[in-house]
Amino acid sequence: MQNWIDAYSWINIRFLLQGLWITILISVISVILSFIIGSVLGIIRYSKIPYVSKIVGVIIDIIRNLPLLLIIFFVYFGLPEFGFKPDTIPAAILAMTVFESTMIAEIIRSGILAVNVGQMEASRAMGMKYIQAMWHIVLPQAYKKMIPALVSQFISLIKDTSLATIIVVPELMQHGQVVYGQDPNYIIPVFVAMALMYFVVCYALSILSKVIDRKMA
Amino acid sequence: MINLLTNNWSAFINGFGWTLLSSVLALFFSLIIGSLFAILEVVPNKFLRIVGNVYVEIFRNIPLLVITMFFYLVIPLYVVKINGFTAGTIGLTIYTSAFIAETVRAGINSVDVGQMEAARSQGMNFWKAMRYIVLPQAFKLVIPPLGNQFVNLVKNSSVLAFVAGFDLMYQGNAIASQTFDTVNTYLIVGAFYLIITLPISYYMRYLEKKLA
Repeated sequence: MQNWIDAYSWINIRFLLQGLWITILISVISVILSFIIGSVLGIIRYSKIPYVSKIVGVIIDIIRNLPLLLIIFFVYFGLPEFGFKPDTIPAAILAMTVFESTMIAEIIRSGILAVNVGQMEASRAMGMKYIQAMWHIVLPQAYKKMIPALVSQFISLIKDTSLATIIVVPELMQHGQVVYGQDPNYIIPVFVAMALMYFVVCYALSILSKVIDRKMA
Repeated sequence: MINLLTNNWSAFINGFGWTLLSSVLALFFSLIIGSLFAILEVVPNKFLRIVGNVYVEIFRNIPLLVITMFFYLVIPLYVVKINGFTAGTIGLTIYTSAFIAETVRAGINSVDVGQMEAARSQGMNFWKAMRYIVLPQAFKLVIPPLGNQFVNLVKNSSVLAFVAGFDLMYQGNAIASQTFDTVNTYLIVGAFYLIITLPISYYMRYLEKKLA
């Protein structure tokens, strides 16, 4: 029989919530970093700078098409061979950032593509430099269009942090494993609690994205 | 690196095969389940619509790893003993089916309502109109997003490594821990994944451009 009452003792629940906090922390730091890096990469890829854009494009496509789990392994077990040994949480953040930057770069690029070319041409005709036109005219319109895609990318980033349990990052999934590792009768209650915590965070974000989208439209 | 590849060729190919098999099986079943739930989300019956919605929202907002580990640990406890490959493929199927349901539903919604109305006015019932008129048009529209879902599916199949599912990632870890050559092993594993995912995602990009 599954032991729901003992599984949901305050000590266990608190431990899971601590894991949730680390999950959110890793997700937020990674999403901020990858938003910045992804924007730069996306703009470079869009801008058609000779050679540079092509090379950046190939790197983005390669990383995007690899499993995140492989990148986590590579960062945590592979980088030490080059003399760089990150701790578990920084390793998770680094791996998530590398992967998510390329995902966000693609979102940014298609967002810019969706802005009418006339906007850029008109700004250039008014005497703005390319960078100025990009920053003041094109990007603000592009970001507005990208909000739903960016939020759903953020949601999948939160879900993907669970993969970091393989390098023993103390996030929600890892803490869940510790709790149900004590007693096989905790398995179902703990999974229900974990699923609920992930669900609440992700579903709230998806509702938020819908609200913003409706307000903008 | 060449030595590493030739020495462990059979393990790499074995893992590649299991990864491919798991992805194709999960794609097949999640297409069926996903389409069913997509239709549930657009039927006139309100109760069925809620059922479809709840399923999609639940499995879209829970990590794949949680779903997979749940099946891996709970099914053997109460139902039957299953291996990691089966548990992983079930997890992948359920997770992906929620995304496919969303994709197919968007496709159905983008088919003009007039198509359904015209079919109904010709005397077809809802299901017949869906099956013969709306779905064929919807599927044509959703081929590129479905292709991208398949790319995600192949990448996500790496969670089989958590449940000892013999897949590429799992074999790669085993090889890395035997040979201590982690960097080269993971590079080779990555190349094997790219063999599947890169051509599909480039082809889907080409299709998107062609359809647009």
